Amino acid sequence: MSVPDLVRALRAVLPADALLVSAEDRRPFECDGLTVFRELPALVALPRTEAEVRAVLVSCHRHGVPVVARGSGTGLSGGATPHPGGVLLSLARMNRILHIDPLARTARLEPGVPNQRISEAAAAFGLYYAPDPSSQVACSIGGNVAENSGGVHCLKYGLTVHNVLAVRGFGIDGERIELGGTAADGPGLDLLALAIGSEGLLMVVTEVIVKLIPRPPCAQLVMASFADVHSAGDAVAAIIGAGIIPAGLEMMDRKATAAVEPFVQAGYDLEAAAILLVESDGTPEEVADQVAEIERVLRAAGASSLRVSGSEAERVRLWSGRKNAFPAAGRISPDYYCMDGTIPRKHVGRVLEAIEAMEVSYQLRCMNVFHAGDGNLHPVILFDANEPGSWERAERFGAQILELCVELGGTITGEHGVGIEKINSMCVQFSAAERAAFFAVKEAFDPRGLLNPGKLIPTLARCAEYGRMRVHGGTLSHPDLPRF
Amino acid sequence: MRAATEVLAELRERILEAAASGIALRLRGAGTKDFYGEQPRGEVLDLSAYQGIVHYEPSELVLTARCGTPLSQIEAALAAQGQFLAFEPPRFAADPTLGGVIAAGLSGPGRPYFGAARDFVLGAHLLDAQGQTLRFGGEVMKNVAGFDVARLLCGSLGILGVITQVSLKVLPLPRGELTLRLEWPAAEALQHFNRLGGQPLPLSAAAWHEGAAWLRLAGAVPAVDAACARIGGERVDERAARAFWSSLRDLTLPFFAQEPVWRVSVPSTAAPLALPGPVLIDWGGALRWYAGLPSTAGVRAQASAASGTAALFRGPSAADTPRLHPLPGANLALHRRLKERFDPQGIFNRDRLIPGL
Repeated sequence: MSVPDLVRALRAVLPADALLVSAEDRRPFECDGLTVFRELPALVALPRTEAEVRAVLVSCHRHGVPVVARGSGTGLSGGATPHPGGVLLSLARMNRILHIDPLARTARLEPGVPNQRISEAAAAFGLYYAPDPSSQVACSIGGNVAENSGGVHCLKYGLTVHNVLAVRGFGIDGERIELGGTAADGPGLDLLALAIGSEGLLMVVTEVIVKLIPRPPCAQLVMASFADVHSAGDAVAAIIGAGIIPAGLEMMDRKATAAVEPFVQAGYDLEAAAILLVESDGTPEEVADQVAEIERVLRAAGASSLRVSGSEAERVRLWSGRKNAFPAAGRISPDYYCMDGTIPRKHVGRVLEAIEAMEVSYQLRCMNVFHAGDGNLHPVILFDANEPGSWERAERFGAQILELCVELGGTITGEHGVGIEKINSMCVQFSAAERAAFFAVKEAFDPRGLLNPGKLIPTLARCAEYGRMRVHGGTLSHPDLPRF
Repeated sequence: MRAATEVLAELRERILEAAASGIALRLRGAGTKDFYGEQPRGEVLDLSAYQGIVHYEPSELVLTARCGTPLSQIEAALAAQGQFLAFEPPRFAADPTLGGVIAAGLSGPGRPYFGAARDFVLGAHLLDAQGQTLRFGGEVMKNVAGFDVARLLCGSLGILGVITQVSLKVLPLPRGELTLRLEWPAAEALQHFNRLGGQPLPLSAAAWHEGAAWLRLAGAVPAVDAACARIGGERVDERAARAFWSSLRDLTLPFFAQEPVWRVSVPSTAAPLALPGPVLIDWGGALRWYAGLPSTAGVRAQASAASGTAALFRGPSAADTPRLHPLPGANLALHRRLKERFDPQGIFNRDRLIPGL
């Protein structure tokens, strides 16, 4: 369908200000948080109601036009990269908190509600929404559902999939889909689990019901320094092995602390090869008990120094360095590329050493922040897009880290999603039969493949092509060839 | 015991034969839940020989085992390291297999506070209708590569294929545990459960049975003590408390002997349903069991009116009444399309989850 025809079709069902047609107006939607991938959508639709969302879908379905849903556009895998011949469906205007039920501990939300606003609204009842991605000020609950977002408190409180009770929305044909509910168990297959983390390939979510939990009255953070990354990794295993599930358990290497310290003055130990941030939360009795135990385990694991937050202000300051790791990377390097693999915790030291070796072979620096409790690595590769070949090296560096994660029994993405970014790495993690099963799921929901096409699942042809390009040992046979 | 590879090859063979001739297979582990769901059909495919713990590293909080592994073996391995399955799957005074536990997706009293079976599934292997082993998820805490098919399999009652291996997140056993008994009428108990659920207390179970509420607190010892002092009530002797929670978990309390047993899942804040016959409340109000109800009691209509669902859990059913709560239309179409794609010949556990699928 031609763009003018599409404009006519959508003008008939949307108010004038809900459709962006000019290139200038569409430009802000050309990429998400992964800005290396840019594509101008044919049109941008900004519906305010479920009826308008449905009308866009019905129209696109009738005319065979692809639809890419988008929340706040903070995603880091290009999941909301537009389709050049499709409609970019922004749900940002649907941002009302519809209802909070303090007794049932639930919140009913439109998809555009920013993550942090849920907890702010629930605070009056002593409740909050647990998953807290670094981008929580901006990222939307609809986007969190699409990506199954995590955060720094997942080990204890779970991911989005553990904290969402129900979603409703539409299939590409405009058919209403309601999954999950406010009752604990529903009938049939757990389609809600399938929808969460489906990266906009199965349905468009227009309403989300989340679980709220009691805000812990007390939290304390322990910062521990280690002389080498291996002992820091072992200390993580020792904490878990001692039967402690901390609220947060983060690691930063020296390159990461050196980058953030001048930026936020968090008070990190810059001499340490790695620091651990271990948080305990709960009732005052619980926290006192757990912090004492954490200190004991960390000392026994060889921590060279320990610091326990003495006030809420200090705790927040210690966290601020971790939460600002990505912006800090942007201050010390023209560009940065954040990776997201997960590994069994015991391999932390090994992976960090391998990354050091890769820094040499790719001639790029990499700083490491790490949700150590979950085994979720965020190597941040520093590069300069203006330098020829720099991005290509960064991309290959990243892909090699992900392949190492798979080799060690881990995964190519812990919480950022596959999107367009890691679609080739999916060929490494999954067999052709497994990828066919993913396509089977996709077809059950969207037989014509109009919802976010080209993301998440690579085709056979794509994997064959990637297989030809890949050469073991981390180099490519034709490094000059454009890859996309 | 035969080698696992040999057993798997045999299972594969049986599946390929069944797929070629369109024979329905009835997947079975220890058979502790033969009564659950619609009447099983077809030739029994016994999965109990495919057993063994594949990996277990306590410091990774992950255990991986084959589907035929007896739950008792898994729980013993975990207990030896001070860990446990926090979703407390029911055992029915027997020894279910891991595959059956995950296929049924049932959870015990800790479910509202620790999570349900599906919340602890990290990965699964599926032996499909083409005899291929497909791996979904993995052995790590966080994994968003591809659709979350591993969790989809939890509670699927085997209709998509054979769940041959499962990786579960496990948790350290709480250091302290205490049970309080409070003589509250049912309606009052429901209010208390919801009110307490909104407070930062180390609650790990809340049930109501025969005129009294039972609250289990678990966590750091000082936190449990402080919570007990705050809530009040009678502290139940440790042995009696353990006996109560495990017979609630395993559904072996005398209450469950009065058939038919209906399992009603509603929002925890739903008012007591107007149904005759005894009720047992679990999950802080979100699970209501009814035993010995007359068939005309309209339990399904009442559950629906309360935004919930009702399953005839155990006992004879009327011929025209599905045992599990029927699905709404749009969802049924999605189920049909998924089933067609995963099991085109319809060989796996035909009709078990949904009549006609």
